[in-house]
This record gives sequence, structure tokens and C-alpha cells, in this order.
Amino acid sequence: MRHLTEIRWHGRGGQGAKTAALLLADVAFQAGKQVQGFPEYGPERMGAPITAYDRISDREIRVHSNIYEPDFVAVVDDTLLHTVDVTAGLKEDGGILINTVKSGEEILPLLKGYAGKVWLLDARKVCAATLGKYFPNTPMLAAMVKISGVMDIPVFLREMETSLQHKFARKPEVLEGNLKALRVALEEVTECV
Amino acid sequence: MPIKTRMSGNEAVAHAIKQINPDVMPAFPITPSTEIPQFVASMIANGEIDTEFIPVESEHSAMSAAMGASAAGARAVTATSSCGMALMWEVLYVAASSRLPIVMALVNRGLTGPLNINAEHSDSMGARDSGWIQIYAENNQEVYDNFLQAHRIAEHKDVRLPVMICQDGFITSHAVQNITLWEDQAIRDFVGEYQPEHYLLREDEAMAVGPYALSPYCMEAKKAQAEAMKRAKQVILDVADGFEKITGRHYGLFEEYRLEDAEYAVVAMGSVCGTVKDAVDAMREQGRKVGLLKLRVFRPFPGREIGAALRHCKAIAIMDRSESYSSQGGPLGAEVTAALYRAKASAETVNIMYGLSGRDVRVEEIRGIFEELEKLAAGEVSYPEYPYLGLRDGTEDLLNR
Repeated sequence: MRHLTEIRWHGRGGQGAKTAALLLADVAFQAGKQVQGFPEYGPERMGAPITAYDRISDREIRVHSNIYEPDFVAVVDDTLLHTVDVTAGLKEDGGILINTVKSGEEILPLLKGYAGKVWLLDARKVCAATLGKYFPNTPMLAAMVKISGVMDIPVFLREMETSLQHKFARKPEVLEGNLKALRVALEEVTECV
Repeated sequence: MPIKTRMSGNEAVAHAIKQINPDVMPAFPITPSTEIPQFVASMIANGEIDTEFIPVESEHSAMSAAMGASAAGARAVTATSSCGMALMWEVLYVAASSRLPIVMALVNRGLTGPLNINAEHSDSMGARDSGWIQIYAENNQEVYDNFLQAHRIAEHKDVRLPVMICQDGFITSHAVQNITLWEDQAIRDFVGEYQPEHYLLREDEAMAVGPYALSPYCMEAKKAQAEAMKRAKQVILDVADGFEKITGRHYGLFEEYRLEDAEYAVVAMGSVCGTVKDAVDAMREQGRKVGLLKLRVFRPFPGREIGAALRHCKAIAIMDRSESYSSQGGPLGAEVTAALYRAKASAETVNIMYGLSGRDVRVEEIRGIFEELEKLAAGEVSYPEYPYLGLRDGTEDLLNR
């Protein structure tokens, strides 16, 4: 496993890409890692493209620059594939995770010949089945943990349960749906071959 | 007992404020410092602390209210950024000259314009002559540690000056990283109860704060204030020693990172220093003699100590995150160069403008700077003007000329 895993998130303001990056940093910390999770803001408005980053390491993280050669990329909104160079610098021994209802045949031509692994997840379908509301960051987080291997899945699920119990202490009714969204996303995420 | 957790720079400041439980916090929101008063207001609403939060109508009012509270004998804190601090301008000077030990969390953001919300030091650098002590942080851990030391420095009888605890907007304020906190009681014992000597609510002592000073007195007041700033240097070191006894974390006026035998040095402040450290380590592995002087305390300026620490270097790059439009560089460049002259150093220097409006800085760029320094010392390049780092227009950029 890598000493340092660098992940870049692409989303639109309001979709929770920043929250997903910070949640990943949080759960990786719980699993004993050194972490750095941070957003890069463009215009402050709903729908504008935003980028967020994670560094997850076994060693102290001192660098404070953005990530230009990520190991993994997550795209929370597939309309960004037309306007943002999401595979820029992406390592070919890493991979990209895209939230989409589209098929691999439709998505692959948009990735500028990226030769690494491509994973697809229909987060909308997962959310509809488990949460009843569209919060793509929860399923995307689970799928990213799976494809990146930054921590063991049972550890991830255990730590997420603890932190969601804390987060939803006053809304216990949504806890089960969120946990289910994580589990379903782990099963639904598919490598595009 | 250390508590290992993770939080952002803004959360770290809010946590420090929670542990200190100051008497009064007036504040007005501005990105990227808004979270600090938000978090503190939540703590007050939840009954975790009993600080009096004053929601004011502007930053001018925030600093005025902090002054009023401090003059009355209370421990006062506030938080702001960029144009928010610019609106405090008039009152910053009044607070310092009234010798009021206010502590302010400044989340550095560029002054407009063009309008931008990202990290730059133009806000605090603009206030460098206001009489406030200025302490900068590389990361969330340092901003927490610095904030915990601030009241002890500000309230010390040899000092009695306001303190600004600075961190880079978004880069550290919004980045979640590992951090080690200390338990509340240890922090409360370290910071101590504020026991002001002279204050407006003291019944047995009539006093005025901020009256008109006639010419026969005004200059003496300024000289006394300047002397207090000089004495702050020793107090900052003494407070850091006490902090180290509890936490094991060492702080000085600046940090020397692999500088002792370095021939080529970078001088910088804030979050970029972590990036410089990674570049230094990578180049040291190749046997290159490179190092970093990370300035922590900008006011008072430790010129003599900096001169002594850098005297042996062959070439030095001084990094400024604030354009002063002087046409010959930035404030750090001017002051460090003056310190080197007084130390009779013979090093070549270059003052580099970087990171304006949050422009990102990469490890590779810092390595490029060290390579330029090697050429500068060898006489292969010269810098009659101050170059910019990371400009998109390659012809104007330091590393792409």
C-alpha cells in the first residue's frame, strides 16, 4: 500500500464534494492515519465547479499545496466531464470514480484517453433506495474508500457508524438509511472494462 | 495529557477560545474567519462557556467594543480577515497605544482588489505599523498553540500590547489535519486568570483611557509603547518556555529548519513553510545544503537574531505574500535585507513575491528557488528587481524566464 494517497474531488457547489473530502479525512483519522482534507473554492455560489482534496498518509503531512498528480479522482457530477479536465495529472496506476447514470461506452470517450481504472456508480439510484433524498456524497465516499483501499472496509463501516451516530444524535431515524447507503454503494460501484 | 484529534485551523482557534473562556468576544463575520465567531457563539449557546458575545454592526464596532471591554478590565478577543480588519484600522492603533491586551484571531486574506477571498498577508502587513504584536502559524497545530500563548504575552506587565494570531485563509483555516490538544485544566492553569492592574471599573483609581495628548507628552507615550514592543521579544520567549514545559512543543521567534550548515536559505512565514520543508528534505537527500528560516514573530521583528542565523549563508530568498507596491519588493524582503546588512552578512538576496490571492505554491517551485539561489551565489543570474513566483505569464515568472 502507498505511504501517501492523494485524492481529488470534483463537484458542484452544494453537492457535498467538500463534505465528502472532509468526511474521508475524518474517517481515515479514526483509522489511525495522518490526514489533510481541504477545499478549493472558486466563485461562492451553488452549482459552480469546486475542487476538494485529501491526503492520507502514515507520515506527518507538511505540504500545503493543491494536488496535481492524484492517485484517485472522484467526480460527483458527470456534467463536469464536459468542462473540467478531471483526469489532469491522474496517475495511471490509480483510478477515477464517476457518479453517473450513463454507461461506460458513453463515459469513456469523455476521459481523454485515460488509461487507468474507471469506476462508475449511480449514486442517485443508491440514494433513492436508501435515503429517499439525493445526497451523492455518502455513497461516493464509500465507493472511494473501496477503490482507493485507504482503509479496510469493516473498519470504515464501523467508524462511519460511530461518527454518524454522533452527527445524527437528534435524528436517529436517518442513521440506518445512511449506513445502508454506504453498504449498497460498496456493492453497486462497478469497474468499467 | 495530550488529546490526539483532527480539526481545521478555524476549529483549533475556537477550541482555544473555549479553553480560555474569555470575558468578552465582539465580532462581525467575514470569510474566511466567519466560522470562529460561529463556533464560539454555539459554545456559548450550549452553555459550554460564559463569554459575553457581542454581535456588532461592523468590524470598526467590533474592535471598539473589544477596546471598551479591555479598558474596563475584561479579557477580550475577536476574529476577522482582510477588509474586516481594514475597517478596524483606526481602532487598531488606538487599542495598541492605549496598551490594551486584546487578542485577535486574524485569518489572513488579501485586501481587495481585485475582490478575492483567498490567502495573502496584505491585511496583516498593512497593519504592521499599528503597534500590534504579530505571530504567524504554519498549520492548525501552531495556530492553536500560538493562540494559547497570546494572552500571557499581551497581558504581561512588561508588554501590555494587543496580539494578532495569524493563519493563512483556507489553506490552514479550512484544512482538516491531525492536531494534538491539551486538556482544559492544564490550559486554564497555563493561561491563568486575568488580573489587570489599571482598569476603568476599578473603584479606587480614577483613570482616563485614550485622552488627547499634548505635544510635550505624546512623543514620550510613543517611545514607551516602542519600548514595550522591544520587551515583548523576551516575554514571547519566556511564555514559549512555559508552554514547552506543559506540551513539549518548542517555539521561538523563528524556527531554523536544517539551517545550521545551509548555504542556501529560504525565509518565509505561514503555511508555505510546510511546503518548503518538504523541498528542503528532498534536496538534502541529494546532498544540497539548503534550509529554511520560518519567521513566527513578525512584530516585534527579531532583526538581530535573524541576521545572526543567516550570516553564514551564500544566497537567501525572502518570500513575501504581500505586494507593497513600493517597486522594490515586499515588507519581509525589506526588513530581512536590512537585518542582513546590519549583521554585515555578505549573502546574495532575492525577494520573491508568491502566493498572492491564494495562488498555489508547489514543492517543485520551492526546489526551483533553491536552484536559482545556487546560480545567484555563483554569479550566473542576478535579480535587480523582485521576481514573482507562479505567474501564468511565463516571461514574467521567476522560474520560466
